[in-house]
Amino acid sequence: MIRVVLPAHLRTLAKVQGEVRVFVEGPVTQRTVVDALEAQYPMLCGTIRDHLTKERRPFLRFFACEEDLSLEGLDRPLPEAVAKGQEPLLIIGAIAGG
Amino acid sequence: MSGVRVLVGTKKGAFILTSDGKRNQWEIDGPHFAGWEIYHLKGSPADPRRLYASQTSGWFGQLIQRSTDGGKSWEPVDNKFVYDGVPGTHQWYDGTPHPWEFKRVWHLEPSFDDPDMVYAGVEDAALFLTKDGGKSWTELSGLRKHGTGPGWHPGAGGMCLHSIIVDPKNPKRMYIAISAAGAFRSDDRGESWKPINKGLHSKYIPDPTAEVGHCVHHIAMHPSRPEVLFMQKHWDVMRSDNAGEFWQEISGNLPTDFGFVIDVHAHDPETIYVVPIKSDSEHFPMDGKLRVYRSRKGGNEWEELGKGLPAKDCYVNVLRDAMAVDQLDQCGVYFGTTGGQVYVSADAGDTWTAAARDLPAVLSVEVQTLS
Repeated sequence: MIRVVLPAHLRTLAKVQGEVRVFVEGPVTQRTVVDALEAQYPMLCGTIRDHLTKERRPFLRFFACEEDLSLEGLDRPLPEAVAKGQEPLLIIGAIAGG
Repeated sequence: MSGVRVLVGTKKGAFILTSDGKRNQWEIDGPHFAGWEIYHLKGSPADPRRLYASQTSGWFGQLIQRSTDGGKSWEPVDNKFVYDGVPGTHQWYDGTPHPWEFKRVWHLEPSFDDPDMVYAGVEDAALFLTKDGGKSWTELSGLRKHGTGPGWHPGAGGMCLHSIIVDPKNPKRMYIAISAAGAFRSDDRGESWKPINKGLHSKYIPDPTAEVGHCVHHIAMHPSRPEVLFMQKHWDVMRSDNAGEFWQEISGNLPTDFGFVIDVHAHDPETIYVVPIKSDSEHFPMDGKLRVYRSRKGGNEWEELGKGLPAKDCYVNVLRDAMAVDQLDQCGVYFGTTGGQVYVSADAGDTWTAAARDLPAVLSVEVQTLS
């Protein structure tokens, strides 16, 4: 199981608390994890990535294992620790404002 | 006893204010969708328990929420707003072509007779329709593709379709307005459209009387006279007596004719309301005095209404969708400010009280009259 930490507003929207866990069959990438998230929580469709282009929303970032993976590409495998469920994938709202 | 439910969209959530017909004691429920921008929420005339809300965020994009119990509970419905075909381009601020990009829903307009049917006005300007209670949205692309679209350009707040009016006597006829393209009319349920901007004069565009390009801030209509329209333009308050074929200025003795809101008394189609704002560069009331102006003659002759409103040191704005009227015998008038106040007049504007004082900046106000 893949562990994912959602931003607070998306936890409220999905009616979940704490981490969520999704099952990914095959390669564990940003794309397949978000695919699984949207399948499990359809209300999240369009909130993490664009409906059509499937690109990450500009003000969201993907972190894991103390690294910013946002620019790594949708189909690049996520770190092994994420794929094994040892570390969560963090979906972070970019800090804006003062 | 009858009462009212006031639906308030703010920069940080939605609030629902309720009162009995006296409208002097208010209960405030909220925030719903705390922390999100709620551009607009509105109830269905066919089923007042059915509400729709536009929930949006710079981080997470657009959501549409639906309630079937008058706002006690909500469920997200479809949020996929996809332009029909190849979107093409409109003008950018510098006059260069810019691709049409969906940003948010500014206005939701439920139909008169079907709670599942709702029009949505969006940025970048387009009109969408759902016939299944929000489960899916389809663009009425005849508006964007009728020919002048590539010449539209955004106003300072974005290129938003903010006003949607369906003729209650002739459901084939609709009006919409876009900032900054102007007003448009359809006579075939939104399939085809024509600009209706003759008579508008906008000195801030290269051709002040151009067919499109006018920064219309809001339009309003009384349901008993659907051929009569009132408009608050960027500058100028306007009126059309022939379904938008021609507009004439009715600013008259207003201290300034810049503003955003305009609305019509529920029972007198010649009584209209505006909130004059100092200028396009100073979005607050003249002299720090918050005032509504009322004309009982359909324009030109305006009276200042300030009893109960701040008389000094008030520097708020009243945004384009933030005024509404109720249908009670003594017509109530409501407006919200960017300072978080919601003001109510239970006597058609003669006196005002604050139903709420410390909400987030108010983006929209709608009223449901409950029996």
